[in-house]
Amino acid sequence: MSRAVRFAPLALLLAIIAALVWRLATPTDTNVHSTLEGKPVPAFDLPAIIPGKPALSSAHLATGQPHLVNVFASWCVPCITEVKVLQALKQRGVHVDGIAVRDRTADLADFLARNGDPYERIGSDAQSQVQISLGSSGVPESFVVDGKGVIRYQQIGPIEASDIPTILSQLGRAR
Amino acid sequence: MIAETGLAALWLAAGLAGLQFVLMIASLRSGAEVRGAMRSIAIVQGALTLLAFAMLLLVFARSDMSVALVFENSNSAKPFIYKLAGTWGNHEGSMLMWVTILAVAGAFVAILAHRTSERTLTAALGAQAVLALGFYAFLLFASNPFARLWPAPEDGRGLNPLLQDPGLAFHPPTLYLGYVGLSVAFSFAVGALLTGEVDSRLARAMRPWVLGAWILLTLGITAGSYWAYYELGWGGYWFWDPVENASLMPWLAATALLHSINVLAARGALKAWTMMLAVIAFSMSMVGTFLVRSGILTSVHAFAIDPQRGTFLLALLAIYVGAAFTLFALRAPSLKEGAPFELVSRESGLVINNLILSVILGVVFVGTLYPLFVEALSGEKLSVGAPYFDAVAGPLALLLAVLVGAGPLIAWRRERRPVFKQLAIPALLGATALAITIILWPEMRILPRLGFLIAAYLAAASILPLVGRNPLRAPLATWGMVVAHFGIAVALVGMAANAAFTSERLVVDKPGEILSVGPWAVTLASVTPTAGKNYTAIEAELRAARGNDLITLSPETRYYSDPPTETNESAIRTFWNGQLYTVVGKQDVSGAWQLRLWWKPFVTLIWAGGALIAIGGALALLGRFWRPLRRRMISARERRSRRYA
Repeated sequence: MSRAVRFAPLALLLAIIAALVWRLATPTDTNVHSTLEGKPVPAFDLPAIIPGKPALSSAHLATGQPHLVNVFASWCVPCITEVKVLQALKQRGVHVDGIAVRDRTADLADFLARNGDPYERIGSDAQSQVQISLGSSGVPESFVVDGKGVIRYQQIGPIEASDIPTILSQLGRAR
Repeated sequence: MIAETGLAALWLAAGLAGLQFVLMIASLRSGAEVRGAMRSIAIVQGALTLLAFAMLLLVFARSDMSVALVFENSNSAKPFIYKLAGTWGNHEGSMLMWVTILAVAGAFVAILAHRTSERTLTAALGAQAVLALGFYAFLLFASNPFARLWPAPEDGRGLNPLLQDPGLAFHPPTLYLGYVGLSVAFSFAVGALLTGEVDSRLARAMRPWVLGAWILLTLGITAGSYWAYYELGWGGYWFWDPVENASLMPWLAATALLHSINVLAARGALKAWTMMLAVIAFSMSMVGTFLVRSGILTSVHAFAIDPQRGTFLLALLAIYVGAAFTLFALRAPSLKEGAPFELVSRESGLVINNLILSVILGVVFVGTLYPLFVEALSGEKLSVGAPYFDAVAGPLALLLAVLVGAGPLIAWRRERRPVFKQLAIPALLGATALAITIILWPEMRILPRLGFLIAAYLAAASILPLVGRNPLRAPLATWGMVVAHFGIAVALVGMAANAAFTSERLVVDKPGEILSVGPWAVTLASVTPTAGKNYTAIEAELRAARGNDLITLSPETRYYSDPPTETNESAIRTFWNGQLYTVVGKQDVSGAWQLRLWWKPFVTLIWAGGALIAIGGALALLGRFWRPLRRRMISARERRSRRYA
């Protein structure tokens, strides 16, 4: 057996270990980034669904202030826990808007009465069209949109209490 | 006190392992006679670690929330069996289980080994102790399972509900026994490379350990596959998930080792290669543990992510595998190759077997680690999915299955007879199967079609070693081989049938509507909320009819509170010719429910085949113990009769 062959396993091992060390040493980003990040919100104009609560269109998102757009539904169980976190964000001065997916007025009113209402505006996305154009695959999902109406960050799944710092820093950066 | 006793036992065991290392060096350098001390210390070290593990079991059984690990992973409302399973359903506990098995295996080597030379045994026990020492350090310095919380919390956080399943009670322990069983092969290989005594005696001493570990890995993988199948609710039996691959890689290496070790035992050949494989097999176990425990890869098996622990494990891996590979590079030239063999011989057949298994291992290894390297180099996230693995490993595995039919028919050293004549009938059966699939299912894809062809051929070819002799007089090892190879054919039929004939329906359904899936007409009868011991659930009632069969299935979606998680509990009904698999999902606005229905003909054969492969291994293992035992019994009887004569 030649020298090269004998030492080949060792050399291969060292190369792999070096790569793994490098990988462990570089901080990882565990979030999967949306391809829409950095792009403007697609144009939409959704009707109101709750009497007295203003409707939502893409124009409302380009007002110079960052917004948190929450895609949710009254029939979505994780949304119940998420609403409480959104309330906490609202208390810190965050503008929270909602896109209610495939929802009904009575159900949604009941949902908001029971769990709290952090939303400034809610648009009714009866056929999921806006949800799909936003590249959102399910509820709940949230988008940080900057003052020019550009998507800065996408959160897939509910925002939990532990996500508040991330969301706040993303909103701060979108300012 | 219980937790402190466990911690003290761990420290003592670590001290003894250090002592074993010193003894090994002394023995290798000066040839000092230390075997007696070495054996006793190995046994005591094993007993102490076992004690530590028992203490951890006890704090989990008593729900002692003052122990941090119990608080984080258990809850007093949990059923007792899952309290116990919580012991190893977390990082620290599973690492303690790992080192316990490592140390207890060392103790058993000390008790049982009488086949190897004393020098090699001493070196092997020393190597095993050094392995354990690294993991003791890991536990004591980076993942203490016995750490206390002050003040003690009221109640614990609970165990991931996906893991609250009878499967968890034995799936990880089985895999761990398999992983760590390979450590004995590693230690024997290192010991023999140190002393230069690589011979058939060594192979015979290693063989039962490799075989035992391989059986447990086979069972662990088969059980894990079935667990993923019914618990995750995706209807698939293998996802090429990194954690699944982590268990598959040691299995592939162990399978290769299992075959090459027979060449070393029978013919004294393939010395360097077999030692290399023994090192690689356990290295793959460590790579697997590293991948799973460091959280470096994203996987459905969500484990805690901790870079510091990852670094520690990586350092251990680098030291142990690096040392073994260096030793190999230095000592390989001094190994004298044994009896030569010709091109057409059992030895060559096994070399080809080893080559194909190694290539598959390489394919899985590269596919599992590739995303890591791409991300390190380009910052791009990607995943290597099932299509790559299926496309590359699938054909290789089928090629191997063809050769499995022929290999056992070839004689050792050189084969003069034309083996292919014996394969005429199996080949004919394969051709018949192919003809049937072409006539009945002209649309079938190529891989399932080949699967049926090769399965029919292999089922017949695998039993040929028993043909032409009295099957009852054939050695158990031959029976084991036949059963295991037949099991491959059985699993292959299951996989091909699953790929070719599965009917799937993903629908949104209102109660009362009738759906058809395969031969079944399924009606959603009702959906009702229910409550279990530590969860609430939505339970659907499905009525399924086929001919005169009328059955009811109740799939559930469960919401666990501690920690808050949602799981799909599939409802599966097994028939002789397939499984009806149902999952209920969410309700949509209109009040309809998401339903997923599958009819999977003969899918159970996949796991039946896996079980047969393990049973074959068990028969072979039994044969290794049965023959010497019978010989000893016979000689004892003879002595007795002589005494009374």
